[in-house]
Amino acid sequence: MTDATASGAVPSGAGQGSLLAKDQRTAKRNAAEGRFKIYGLIAVCIGIAALVLLLTSILTSGLSAFRQTTIAMQVTLDAERLDPSGVRDYDEMAKVTTFGYAPLLRDGLQATIAAAGIETELDPGDAMELISDESVAQLRNRVLNNPDLIGQTIEVNVLASGRIDGFYKGRVSYASAELDSNISPEQLQLAEALEERGALKTGLDWRFLTAPDASDTRPEAAGLGVAIIGSAYMMLIVLVLALPIGVAASIYLEEFAPQNRWTDLIEVNISNLAAVPSIVFGILGLAIFINFAGLPQSAPIVGGLVLTLMTLPTIIIATRAALKAVPPSIRDAALGLGASKMQSVFHHVLPLAMPGILTGTIIGLAQALGETAPLLLIGMVAFVREYPDTPLDGGFFDPATALPVQVFNWTQRSDPAFVERASGAIIVLLAFLLLMNLTAIFLRRRFERRW
Amino acid sequence: MNDMRHMERAVRVDTTKIAARDVQVFYGDTHAIKNVSVDIPDKTVTAFIGPSGCGKSTFLRCLNRMNDTISTARVEGHIEIDGEDIYDRRVDPVQLRAKVGMVFQKPNPFPKSIYDNVAYGPRIHGLARDRADLDGIVEKALRRAALWEEVKDRLSAAGTGLSGGQQQRLCIARAVATSPEILLMDEPCSALDPIATDQVENLIHELRENYSVVIVTHSMSQASRVSQKTAYFHLGELVEYGETGQIFTNPQDMRTENYITGRIG
Ligand SMILES: Nc1ncnc2c1ncn2[C@@H]1O[C@H](COP(=O)(O)OP(=O)(O)O)[C@@H](O)[C@H]1O
Ligand SMILES: [Mg+2]
Repeated sequence: MTDATASGAVPSGAGQGSLLAKDQRTAKRNAAEGRFKIYGLIAVCIGIAALVLLLTSILTSGLSAFRQTTIAMQVTLDAERLDPSGVRDYDEMAKVTTFGYAPLLRDGLQATIAAAGIETELDPGDAMELISDESVAQLRNRVLNNPDLIGQTIEVNVLASGRIDGFYKGRVSYASAELDSNISPEQLQLAEALEERGALKTGLDWRFLTAPDASDTRPEAAGLGVAIIGSAYMMLIVLVLALPIGVAASIYLEEFAPQNRWTDLIEVNISNLAAVPSIVFGILGLAIFINFAGLPQSAPIVGGLVLTLMTLPTIIIATRAALKAVPPSIRDAALGLGASKMQSVFHHVLPLAMPGILTGTIIGLAQALGETAPLLLIGMVAFVREYPDTPLDGGFFDPATALPVQVFNWTQRSDPAFVERASGAIIVLLAFLLLMNLTAIFLRRRFERRW
Repeated sequence: MNDMRHMERAVRVDTTKIAARDVQVFYGDTHAIKNVSVDIPDKTVTAFIGPSGCGKSTFLRCLNRMNDTISTARVEGHIEIDGEDIYDRRVDPVQLRAKVGMVFQKPNPFPKSIYDNVAYGPRIHGLARDRADLDGIVEKALRRAALWEEVKDRLSAAGTGLSGGQQQRLCIARAVATSPEILLMDEPCSALDPIATDQVENLIHELRENYSVVIVTHSMSQASRVSQKTAYFHLGELVEYGETGQIFTNPQDMRTENYITGRIG
């Protein structure tokens, strides 16, 4: 064949000469290809390096949030002090504030120090600074929720204060303690002595995931409990609203709507909506859901609705692409058998489009999970200590925060211990995103395996 | 019921099943079918031949109103099946298509099991009383399509996993399973090898017992092998229509003659 052309009318060109030696053009093309491969490889390497850098920096500063320094001690719950009326009535007992409980912990700590045989020059009040203020409130809550404890001596494992915690996580040293009004070297010495005797420990602690946020002065007690519940509620709302609405809208537009100017207009608008900055949706949510509809601020319902609006275009675009990718011959086959339009869509087209729809939905959800700006505008940045109720008890209307907002919130605080908290929260956020992506992959596989 | 069918056939032989009058089809501004009138008899195989782009598929798709699914397509004129105007406002195309089955050029089995492919039509039309009944329908349809022996042991395997010829026969089985009265086939063998083509052609012969079959083909030898009637289309017009033997041996129109002697491709 080559012979025929070579010896034919075409005098010069490709295919002449020995195949064993590369001609000039081939060499040039190969060189270009080689260069391109190198560029690509460099790009990939830069990407991987950035990712590794990001992950290491977050992991090194954030993993310690999951570890917590605690002090174990015995506390005698003095009935006289905690329930002067003696009737174990909640309202009566609640009149005793944290000031009533602090001495109990102070005495408990002193007893522990004495029992361990530690010599210290610190007076009981200064020694008490080893313990987080939050621990007093926690003890009070525990007693109020379980009045039977009054009069007993109980074992408690209290949070150490932020500076002591920081000492065991490398944030605080003797040198920095000299300059720090919140902690003194003597207190660090006491902590070390307690650690030697086994009373003070630093270990894995899930309270970071379950506890609510804490005030600026108590970073050691700040947790993600409320933020995780808030985010979960919002994701639930987005899923329940955006998926059916988005899929129904896409099916209508793609399979049923007539092709005319109106549908073109809608199409352009949906594409544009996907590009609208998310903060605009926040303003919209503020105006419509809070100011006009009168829904409460900081509530997952409002956050969920705003994120639904934001996610809809993503889901619609992904779903329409998935529907478009289903070969028309499948629709013809169904219609040719006398299936109605709807039967052809629901029996054949939709199942084939399902992997694409699910991927789009999960990408949309992942975007929504990480979205901060619109939530700031609807007040989800509030300081919330109360867990929202279950959805059945109207929990969607209770104040809550969200994971990314919590990260933002913590990075605004002055105590360096909050850097660790914020990084820890980012790790949790990334873990959830990873989980969602794995779910997407799993669902894709499942649906695709049916051929 | 079987008896009745036999009687009916005896009476109906050579009666007109489909009568088209002055059919025009437009795709937007393109005039794809011009003034076509044709009577297609029952229990016969009618072949549509002609150069590509002459409107064979378009006309075929008028007969089960598949053109309705193309938004730009517009059909004018009258088409009657058993004396009923299928473009009447009261006619639901969905119901019509249960009566007029269609096999497409490219095999297009559903990405489901072989069984589900064949059972789909009977299921949506409620043709089976129970599972055993449905099993019977599926088996019968697969037997008619000469596919039963090859797939009976793997009915739950994917229909898309079959070879091209098997897929096309599966599509035929699927169309047959809804017991249509008319079967439209648009170049059913164009994607098949000679052996598979031969099987499908044999099948068409058998199908003629019960159905009126309209087949579009670009193979003249196929038209002469399987059909009793042949219609030659040219640039949207029906140029010549008659007994297959006569069209091939003694065409009346120059254009037909040029085509069958290979001068128009
Ligand atoms: N969906 C469509 N939209 C617009 N024009 C079409 C469409 N389908 C077919 N046509 C046009 O109609 C004419 C007939 O096409 P077709 O019926 O497919 O021819 P054949 O099947 O004989 O090859 C051709 O000119 C083709 O370009
Ligand atoms: Mg065609």
